[in-house]
Amino acid sequence: MRMGRRIAATLKRTAVHAGPTVLGIIVLDFLFLQLMPGNAADVMATEAGSATEETVAALRHQFGIDQPVLTQLLNFLGHLAHLDLGFSPRFNTSVADLIMARLPNTLLLMVTALALALVLGIVFGAVMAAWAGRWPDRVLSVIVLLFYSMPGFWVGLMAVVLFSVKLGWLPSDGNETIGADLTGFAMVSDRLAHLVLPALALASFFVAVYARLTRAAMLEVQRQDFMRTAKAKGLHPLLIQLRHALRNALVPVTTVAGMHLGNLLGGAVVVETLFGWPGMGRLTLEAVLGRDYAVLLGVLLLSSFVVIVANVLIDLLHAWLDPRIGSA
Amino acid sequence: MPLLSVDGLSVAFPGHAAVREASFSLAAGETLALVGESGCGKSVTAFSVMRLLPPNARVVSGRILLEGADLLALSESEMREVRGAQVSLIQQEPMTSLNPVLSIGLQIAEVIRRHEKLSRKAARARAVELLDLVSIPDAHRRIDDYPHNLSGGMRQRVMIAMAVACRPKLLIADEPTTALDVTTQAQVLDLLDDLRHRLGMAVLLITHDLGVVAQWADRIAVMYAGRIVEQAGIEPFFAAPLHPYSRGLLGARVDVDADEHYSTHRLTEIPGNVGSAAGQAGCSFAPRCPVAQPACRQAVPPLVGLGDERAVACPVTVSSHSSPLLGGEAR
Ligand SMILES: Nc1ncnc2c1ncn2[C@@H]1O[C@H](COP(=O)(O)OP(=O)(O)O)[C@@H](O)[C@H]1O
Ligand SMILES: [Mg+2]
Repeated sequence: MRMGRRIAATLKRTAVHAGPTVLGIIVLDFLFLQLMPGNAADVMATEAGSATEETVAALRHQFGIDQPVLTQLLNFLGHLAHLDLGFSPRFNTSVADLIMARLPNTLLLMVTALALALVLGIVFGAVMAAWAGRWPDRVLSVIVLLFYSMPGFWVGLMAVVLFSVKLGWLPSDGNETIGADLTGFAMVSDRLAHLVLPALALASFFVAVYARLTRAAMLEVQRQDFMRTAKAKGLHPLLIQLRHALRNALVPVTTVAGMHLGNLLGGAVVVETLFGWPGMGRLTLEAVLGRDYAVLLGVLLLSSFVVIVANVLIDLLHAWLDPRIGSA
Repeated sequence: MPLLSVDGLSVAFPGHAAVREASFSLAAGETLALVGESGCGKSVTAFSVMRLLPPNARVVSGRILLEGADLLALSESEMREVRGAQVSLIQQEPMTSLNPVLSIGLQIAEVIRRHEKLSRKAARARAVELLDLVSIPDAHRRIDDYPHNLSGGMRQRVMIAMAVACRPKLLIADEPTTALDVTTQAQVLDLLDDLRHRLGMAVLLITHDLGVVAQWADRIAVMYAGRIVEQAGIEPFFAAPLHPYSRGLLGARVDVDADEHYSTHRLTEIPGNVGSAAGQAGCSFAPRCPVAQPACRQAVPPLVGLGDERAVACPVTVSSHSSPLLGGEAR
């Protein structure tokens, strides 16, 4: 009813904004990539060692990169209109297949990191606010400040040194034990063990952001009149904090979470490389090094798509948390 | 035994006293108006009764007896049994006193479920009845609305529904209509008065509007700079206010056309302000008082009972009270 209407309004708003945005992103990405020195043919020729002018020219023709830029762009858009992302000269397979093989891994990492960041951040922030100025607040504040100021890859490296190298508790490479051929519960727990460190490394900065935000928002809420109303009903303080204060404090937290989604994807590139995680981030790096523009464009397109979809989800969450949104 | 009896209550914030030795009492089913200009300590008094003072405030001394039991001596969890069930609170600002992210149905039902063993469904049905009771049209549809869907007057009705949900013995209404326009104000006060009779509650009606007092209160307690300076029944008070401050309040309004709405005549029309009372010895009102005498600046005048439920804290008035002319003597 009311809720449904609000969700519909949110979806419509997003669709109207997202279409033109995606098109703009594609064209800009395409033009920027033209500015990069070198192309796939050059790289492959160099790797092959002894290549003649003719073979390079043949490769260029084969990849379609000997045509004018505008023609290339129109070709690309034409294929895209048929949901065809093109063919990767370097990996010698279709870009869509390449990406689809990696996308689930990246999504898993991102969603885990975001959930971890939100849960840890909100719990830390709520605890800090509840004990504001006393020792739990101070201890957590120091930890949060560390997370805030250390780059994710550094947190990741330190976690690898501690948990993989010294303690040997968690694996530090890949997303599963290679050749172990596990099934059922063993497989799930193996995957989870591989997920922990990269997700933590990716989440650390955002834990800090959400914790600080939650703390500030929770303290702000305490002064509101409706908190006194809730107390005047004789409700238990814990219920008041969870139902009345936290619900309000989550509104700014989810807003910021939405704005950080792009950064999270960017951070994934670094973390995936560090942990050998077979996701889109690593694919991106390989594509850049190989000047494989077809793959790169596909990745960029998919990334913007992922961010937009995630933003819609955040918007929906937001509309659910704050009834004032989308009802006007 | 009175329902509520506040006895020598003093409340302080760091650096200044907000309420000083305030004493008053309320009988079951009666409406006592607590009147005074902004900042004189009305809200602090109300919050003291609920034990919901801001964290930096401290009750320095005094007792607050509800049916003889001292609320200040209760444990926090015992106090939670009192709040919402025996004493409830309506705040001044209906725009901010409801939680913006929770439906009004939930906000009403949660107080019912807190104090009565009711299923979710039964509590919701009760909430609909309560919305009906406070004359919100289409209650069964409105119950899922959020506060931002409602007007100020409607929100204050929701607050009232919430406050009377568990049939409290005492309802504290802290300037319940100050934020509303005049028509809505009268409707809300009529509703409160109607509910008071139907549910047999006592109401501590905090206001700075003498028009409201004249129409809806049984008795009045006048507060000035944290002290109660006069207590009286409504009729004797309006016939002959005793304290110079009360006389000033009424003087500021009686010389205007009686048909006009009272609320346009505020207390501030007395020269000076409460601020001039800060940190001085003797009667706080002395600097603004037309009949002040040197003795007034020496010691704080005690609240002296004059019989007939009347009391005044002014030695000048008390000494001349034997004179039957007193009522006519006002300015
Ligand atoms: N949170 C607070 N911190 C410090 N002083 C306060 C606070 N709340 C109220 N006071 C002081 O207490 C006195 C009484 O305030 P209040 O009871 O709100 O007045 P009113 O009669 O308008 O309701 C005022 O002098 C005010 O400055
Ligand atoms: Mg007030």
